[in-house]
This record gives sequence, C-alpha cells and structure tokens, in this order.
Amino acid sequence: MTNAQSPVEPMPEYDRVDQIVERNNCKRSALIPILQEIESVYNYLPTWALRRVSEKLGVPLIQVCGVASFYDAFHLTPTGEHIVRVCLGTACYLKGGSRVLESVEKELGIKDGETTSDLKFSVQSVRCLGACALAPVMVISQQYFDKMMPMKVNKILKQVQSRSGKDQE
Amino acid sequence: MGKIKNKQALVTLQKSLLQQRDLSKPCARVCVGTGCRARGSLNVLKSFEDEIKKQGLASKADLKQTGCHGFCEKGPVVVIGPEETFYSEVESADVPEIVSETLMKGKIVDRLLYAEPVTGRKSVCEHDIPFYKKQTRRILFNNGKIDPTNILDYITVGGYLALAKTVTEMSSEEVISVIDKSGLRGLGGAGFPTGRKWRSTRTAVGDPKFVVGNGDEGDPGAFSDRSLMEANPHSILEGMTIGAYAIGANSGFLYVRAEYPLALKHLQIAIEQSKEYGFLGDNILASGFNFNVDIARGGGAFVCGESSALVASIEGKMGEPRAKYIHTVEKGLWNKPTNLNNVKTWACVPLIIGNGANWYSEIGTKESKGTAVFSLVGKINNTGLVEVSMGTPLKRIVYDIGGGILGNRRLKALQTGGPSGGCIPEELLDLPVDFDELNKAGSMMGSGGMIVMDEYTCMVDVARYFLDFLQYESCGKCVPCREGIKRMLEITTNITKGHGTKEDMDLLQEMAETIRDFSLCGLGQTAPNTVLSTLRYFRKEYEAHVIEKRCPAGVCKALIQYTILKEKCTGCGVCKALCPSQAIQGEPKKTHIIDMAKCVKCNACRDVCKFEAVAVKQKVD
Repeated sequence: MTNAQSPVEPMPEYDRVDQIVERNNCKRSALIPILQEIESVYNYLPTWALRRVSEKLGVPLIQVCGVASFYDAFHLTPTGEHIVRVCLGTACYLKGGSRVLESVEKELGIKDGETTSDLKFSVQSVRCLGACALAPVMVISQQYFDKMMPMKVNKILKQVQSRSGKDQE
Repeated sequence: MGKIKNKQALVTLQKSLLQQRDLSKPCARVCVGTGCRARGSLNVLKSFEDEIKKQGLASKADLKQTGCHGFCEKGPVVVIGPEETFYSEVESADVPEIVSETLMKGKIVDRLLYAEPVTGRKSVCEHDIPFYKKQTRRILFNNGKIDPTNILDYITVGGYLALAKTVTEMSSEEVISVIDKSGLRGLGGAGFPTGRKWRSTRTAVGDPKFVVGNGDEGDPGAFSDRSLMEANPHSILEGMTIGAYAIGANSGFLYVRAEYPLALKHLQIAIEQSKEYGFLGDNILASGFNFNVDIARGGGAFVCGESSALVASIEGKMGEPRAKYIHTVEKGLWNKPTNLNNVKTWACVPLIIGNGANWYSEIGTKESKGTAVFSLVGKINNTGLVEVSMGTPLKRIVYDIGGGILGNRRLKALQTGGPSGGCIPEELLDLPVDFDELNKAGSMMGSGGMIVMDEYTCMVDVARYFLDFLQYESCGKCVPCREGIKRMLEITTNITKGHGTKEDMDLLQEMAETIRDFSLCGLGQTAPNTVLSTLRYFRKEYEAHVIEKRCPAGVCKALIQYTILKEKCTGCGVCKALCPSQAIQGEPKKTHIIDMAKCVKCNACRDVCKFEAVAVKQKVD
C-alpha cells in the first residue's frame, strides 16, 4: 500500500470497539468476527483498535496481529472507498482475468493491493468469487461486472466514480 | 406459526401446503442466485412485480424468487409454470411480453428460448436442454424450484421429513448404518467414507462433540457449494441436524467464505426459520434432542478448507493446519471430537434417510456411489453446474452436457480438483468420474471444479498459475510447502520466460515428489499435483519452452509476438483506437501494423478484431 497517503489515524474510538467486543460476549474465540466487524466500520484495522481488542479479550497482541495479517479479509492500512476486486480464479485467468487486472492497475496508476492517494479506489486481485460462469469477473462494491475485457475498465471506473460523487452531494 | 411438535404434524402441514398449491396456476420463477443477480435478475424480478400489478393479475399469477439453476452464463433465468417454459438472458424490457403472452396465455416468446450454441436448436423446457437432460440431479434437484428464503417451500417438497423420521423412529446407530450402507463418501474432495467418519466421532472419547459444515469453497473454478448454500440452505441444515443426532453432538458450525455474501444471508435466514419451526434449537420435534448451529464467516484463506485449519479458524486463530496423526474426529474444535463434512455431503444425508441406502447406492461405481457435482467452466460452450452419477465418462460431461469446446477448438486437458488436482489429457477422456480413478490418473475429485482447457492454453503456464496460487495461500508453517512451492514457482516462471534448462525439468520432478511426501497437510501434499501431471502428460510442451524457447499455445508473453494478418485486415481502425500503448499504425482501409517495440502484448487488439486478423506468432529475435 505504498501509494496511499500516510494514513492519518482517526481519533481512537475506544467505546465503539468496546461495544463490538462486548456484543461478542468478550469471547476469545470470537476474535475473527470481532475483527471483521471493526474492518467493516473503518475499512481497515487501525492499530489502536488491535491493541484495544488485545486488552479487552486478554489475547496477546502478537496473536491478534497474527490473525489480522493471516486472513485476506483484513487490511492493516486504510483501503479506498471502492475496492475493485479482479478475480484471478482459474476460469477467469484462462479467459484473460490478468489482463483485466493490468488494465485496472494502469487506469488507476496503482498496483495490486494498493490504494489511490485520494482513498477512492483500492485494487485487489482475488482467487475465485464463485461466479466462474461469468468469467472474467470484476466486482466493485458488491456490484458484479461479467465477461470483462480490458477495454471496458476505463468506462466502468468512471461510472463508479461519478456515481459516488453524486452520492455525496 | 408455532413449533412443530411431531412427525404427524409435519406430514399434515406438508399435505395442506400441497393442497393449497394450485399446480395449474401460472407462476413466474426468477433466479436470484449470484450469477443471475450479476446479470440484472433483481431488476427483472422487480419488473415482474410491477407488471403483474399493472395488468391486475396479482390473484391470477404467482411470482417466486429461486436460487441458482447452475446455468449462470445464460442468466437471468426465468421459468414460467405450469408449462415450465425456460427463458434465458431475460431483460426487464422483455417482462411485459412474458407476462401477457406466456404467463397468461401460455404462448412462447421464441427469442427468449435457449438455443444450442452449435446447432442453434431451441428448447422450450429446462429438461429438453441437452445441458440438463443428461444430468442426474439429486443434490441440486430443488435448486431453481424453491424459494430459499421460505421454509414452507422446502417443507412442501418434503423437507424435514427425514429429520422427523430420524429423531422419532431411528436410533443413532441405525442412522449411521444407513449412511454406511449407502456408500456415501465425502464430497469435499477426499472421498472419506462418511458413515465411518460419523462412527469414529460417535465413539471418540470426549464431550461435548461438534459437527461442522464446510462451505469454505476456496477451490478456484468451483461454485457448486455456493449454489447449493444459496439455493437450498435447509437441505444442509437438515443433514447436519441428522448427523448431529447420530453422532451425539448438540452444537455445530457452518464455516462459509466471506466471498459468498448471498449464501451467508440465505443460511442465516434458514437457521432462524428452522428454529422457529422447531427443527433446530432445544427439544427438536419434541424428541428431547437439542441442536444449534452457528455460522462462522471465513477470512479469505484457501488453507481453511483443510479440516484442522478450519477448526483453528473457528477457534479464532490463524488457519494453520496441524499434523494429521491427530484426527479431528478425536480432537477437533477445542480438542473435542468433531465431525467435519462438506456442505454437499450434508445435503445428501436427508435424501439417503428419506429414500433409503439402496436408492443412493443403486447408481455409481463399485467404490463411488451416488452423484458428483462439477462446476464445468473454462473453454466450454455450456458453462454451469453439472451433476452426474458417479461412473459417467468425462467425455460425456464435456461433449454431451458441455456442448463441446468453445470455437470448435481441440480439447487439450481437463483440470479437476483445483490447485490440489491435476490435468487430465484428452487421451484419458474415457475415464469415469470416480474418486479412485481420478486419483490414479494423477488428479482428484476435489471440491468439484472442472476446468476445460483448449489448445490455446499453455500447460506450463497453468502449472505456474497454480503454483503462484499455492505459494500465496501456503500458511507457512512447514518448510517443504512454504519454501518448496516458491522455488518451483521460480523455476516454472523461468521456463515460461524462455530461461529454463533441461535440468530444471528434472529438478521440478524431484522437488514435487519431496513436497508431496514431506508436507504437513493436504495443501502441501497435493500442491505438486499440477506440476507432476503436466510433466507426465505434457512433457513435450515443457521441452518446447526449454529447448526451442517456444510456447506452442501462444500464451507465454516472453516467447510470442502479435502480428496483423495482411489478408484479413480491413483497416477498420478499431484496434488502433483501442491499443493502450499506441503500438498500432495504419491508414484507414489499409492493412495496419504493430510496432513490436511498443507492444505490451495485452491482447486488446485480438479481443476486438472482428475479422480475426490479429494473430499470435512465435517470437523471432
């Protein structure tokens, strides 16, 4: 995530994280669901939140960080408003998924796993979304784009951007 | 609706539901599975709602949302009853006509019928379409017929009767013997006998015991578990509850990939409805048996499909597998006896209890009974979910059901079993679908991906692709897998770049065997399968890369170049306008040319050319 602005960590919202932990009954085995909830609130896992979870659950910080870095669903740096997921599962790969990824990288000027400096877009290659009949597939904020081609990328990204601009107005 | 107290009450409910259902009443069923949804089926559903209201037909016609038919490529799929007219690629604009013509008058809208890609022949009903006609659908039978978010639909088709029979009439030993006798084997890929696994968990020392449904379908190219979880979630829950009764477990987990949001949603709804009706929770059907299921959402790690890694993940830890001599049936979740089965295996259980062991085992081969579900994808005409009886020759799946290879090209290989499987060459296409036969051929059943590769697929690149996948997904715990796969990836990458040597091939073979023999878990032990099978069946292709520095399939970028064929180019200029690196030059209506120095080999020109004027040639220095 080299291209992202150095993240300005928001003020720690300990109460919010505490609520999430308590909703899960402070169970150590609920570490993954707890982190999933925090990720869905902040679009990544802020360091202060990881420390807080470690304290609240009584799980060593190294273990919390281990889990946070092990699973692909978690991010340790801020991700963009829109995550562009390009599927590189076997069916998508055979039908040119990697060329779609290259095109997205080129359009956004970032590499796989990175976030644009305006925090609008992140690019993430994924290994199979189970929509192989629509290969190659690209997903942006839960919207699926089927039978993708590199030349369709530019238009779709522009559409998504203009739509999110309208949402904010 | 209160809880159902006994089997009789369930039978009565089912009868009254069947009576209420007027089979002659027109009904539109719109698929809202992930595939059709991606192609706009929610809009189609909304249009049906509006149109039925607009034409004042609310009392005359029913509208139903269903799960995946497994023919996602042709979505959105709409089926109109009672004639069961099957429409594919339906758009909102088609809906008024469908409502007034087909739904009300039973007339067929010809342009929306599915036409076979090769012959162009049209089919009216789902069961006329060759893709479906030659399948034996058992596990997927109710997909596309019932509303997955409505438990009454499942009850109407006989749902939960097997559970009622189990908890009121059968002892746990009886249940296990029926499963044993049916010959059911784990459909997650490894094919371990289910009855034997259940018995081991039952007799294992430790309390409490757990059952787990594995819906972590990480295998790229497979989507049968997704389809089942989305379209018929109750069948999985019923199976798990029967299993828990037989094993003596009172709680269970369903581990589902976070990449499947719709499956998660439908399973959650199904759990709540099932509790409401007394099929889950305390005192199920007033039998005194208690069972609860929680959903664990995966974190996006392929290795978590492995049983001990999955167990660690549910416990809230990193998904690292452990040594296999500790069996999860003895020490699984929190070191207690735990029985893990794939969701498809669980969905078979109510069918077997309901129809008997003989019904299940009457189809299949000597050692593999019942049916197998494959996701048929890749370079094939009919992409989708295929359920066939075990023993069906692979050839039949590819040509009769799949409709042959895209663009009438030649089949090169079938890849089954995902990253753990291998490539089966065309010569072996008479092989039957069978756990042991596929293993012998160097592949495996796996979780059901079947990827069709044509002559434009480079087998060295395929091996490199899977190694790249596996080195990324390796948990890093044991050395052979963590280091070995990385080194194999380096070697194959070198070969695809034209830097390989003959010694590299021998080294690959040796490393593959070492990794297979010394890795800790199934991921590492099966990781070299693609390399081993491609070296075994496609050695010539490796040699072409290594000796002649040539990629016969025209895939490996370093070894190819693009060119425009003078005789085919019309000078239309489309490729020139779209080339991202401005590598194409030429006057309008005159043959264009590609500047090799600028070309990044992105294939965009070849994608857009309608005249097949862009060709890939071996690179000449």
